[in-house]
Amino acid sequence: MEIAVISGKGGTGKSSISAAFATLQHNIVLADCDVDAANLYILFNPTHDEEKRFISGYKAVIDKDKCTNCGVCVDYCRFDAIDNKDGEIEINETSCDGCKLCSRICPEEAISMVQEDESRMYSGTFRNGKMVYGRLSPGEENSGRLVDIVRNKARKVAKENGIETIIIDGPPGIGCPVISTITGVDDVVIVTEPTLSGLHDLKRTLDVTTQFKNKTSVIINKSDLNTEMANTIETYCDEKNIAVIGRIPFDTLVVDAMVNCQSIIEWAPDAEISKLIKEIYVTILKTGKSTS
Amino acid sequence: MIEKMKIAIASGKGGTGKTLISTNLFNALQKQNRNVTLVDCDAEEPNDREFIAGDLILSFDVTQQIPVIDESKCTYCGKCYDYCNYNAIFFLGEQRMIRVMEDLCHGCGACSVACEFGAITEKEDLLGTVSQYSISENCTLIEARMKVGVHSPVSTIKAAINATESNGIVILDAPPGTSCPFIQTVAQADYVVLVTEPTPFGLSDLKQSVEILKTLGKPCGVIVNRAGLGDLEVYNYLKQENIPLLMSIPFDREIASIYSNGGLLTNEDAEWEQKFNQLFTSIATEYGNSSN
Repeated sequence: MEIAVISGKGGTGKSSISAAFATLQHNIVLADCDVDAANLYILFNPTHDEEKRFISGYKAVIDKDKCTNCGVCVDYCRFDAIDNKDGEIEINETSCDGCKLCSRICPEEAISMVQEDESRMYSGTFRNGKMVYGRLSPGEENSGRLVDIVRNKARKVAKENGIETIIIDGPPGIGCPVISTITGVDDVVIVTEPTLSGLHDLKRTLDVTTQFKNKTSVIINKSDLNTEMANTIETYCDEKNIAVIGRIPFDTLVVDAMVNCQSIIEWAPDAEISKLIKEIYVTILKTGKSTS
Repeated sequence: MIEKMKIAIASGKGGTGKTLISTNLFNALQKQNRNVTLVDCDAEEPNDREFIAGDLILSFDVTQQIPVIDESKCTYCGKCYDYCNYNAIFFLGEQRMIRVMEDLCHGCGACSVACEFGAITEKEDLLGTVSQYSISENCTLIEARMKVGVHSPVSTIKAAINATESNGIVILDAPPGTSCPFIQTVAQADYVVLVTEPTPFGLSDLKQSVEILKTLGKPCGVIVNRAGLGDLEVYNYLKQENIPLLMSIPFDREIASIYSNGGLLTNEDAEWEQKFNQLFTSIATEYGNSSN
């Protein structure tokens, strides 16, 4: 069974909760799909048994010796990535989308495409099972495809090792990498927080999970920072027929655990908050089984 | 005194307080009767409007051109399929089957250029909306809002930034992460404020952001939010890298509560208004030093 933890809004505690889930049950596969800002390897320090290069895209490069500054490419580029600066053609690397059209139409064959291949997928072992994660090199694109690669590898590792449960830590937002994270998983858990921004982002995230027909439940993290807002969120979810499977109060123990490179379950197994998270996890497993 | 400047408020990690800083800095400058524009560039999850109310004065759609294939003219030569760098054209020559995968299309126009038989025309495809709100006489909020299910927010973000005509101070509330949406935003800024929290996750993502800003040659300073939680590693890092600490906001349930209800610290507390005024002075000074 695959459980994806996402949040819409960043910083709601998604990774801390994923880390807790990943240490509640022995022998799981943990997939960190927040490839833009992967963090769980910091806590779990996995081995790197396998490292795979990921080609995230291409960038156009002009050979100045061949270029006659005719400007044909400027007219064709739809990403405003080619400028004519005082008669000299320049490519803006930040805006280039890598479509290759300029390279194809250049009459002087002065433009070539270079691969962007700094991003990586890693697979290895950590103290509670197997771990797969991706690291998108800064500024590179196509994080959705890297997420696909991480998820495929996680499934393969699970199968090879006879492991049933895959916990996926997802990226924030609602774009392509999030869609890749939730496509076809058994359970989506959205971690939100009791703020107006949290509620707004939750609504947009639910639009996505509804569109992709995922079985979805909600956790309200740091719930005691604004109990009234937590109630508002719960009412909203009730109306939408989305189960709120738990409220977790703010606890500095979670931060202490992170500073000590442990999950809250490892750091304070007997604390109230750890018991709460365990109950939530059991609920997910139960409802997951009843529907699949 | 600096009257014209673009400041990006960014962070690698999500949920560190970008919106808290952006909206309060905007509000403080508004109270100084300055000419200021806030651009909400977090197009996946825009939230600034939850904190700042205004009248909608202008709204426009951001679209891309995507192909439509007229099969009565198509000869199934496959040239458009070869030209597409995004695998957005599904093609089986022998079966005479061709389809546009609209979700994968980036609207580059390469297929239209490729087709020699006039079989490809284009239609508009909605990517997002940019809305402009009047907050007061000299103050404007511009929001980039990506359509749910679209692969990338970049075009919508670019359109929102291009829509700013202000000759005054422009604050760009950046999307989280360090990939394309982040880079598109900070590339437009004169100075970047990175918001972090004093935890291992926060520090790891901060380092990644700083490295990119170095490559882009953008001066930056740091705000530590939820100070007092976590550890002191972030301060050591700032010293070591010689990066200015612009402001420190303690973890405080009162602050969390004001934010959670959509309130502004700079309206609730004169002391904080003073601190945000000071923040702007620090940014202007740092920017002045860096550009000398």
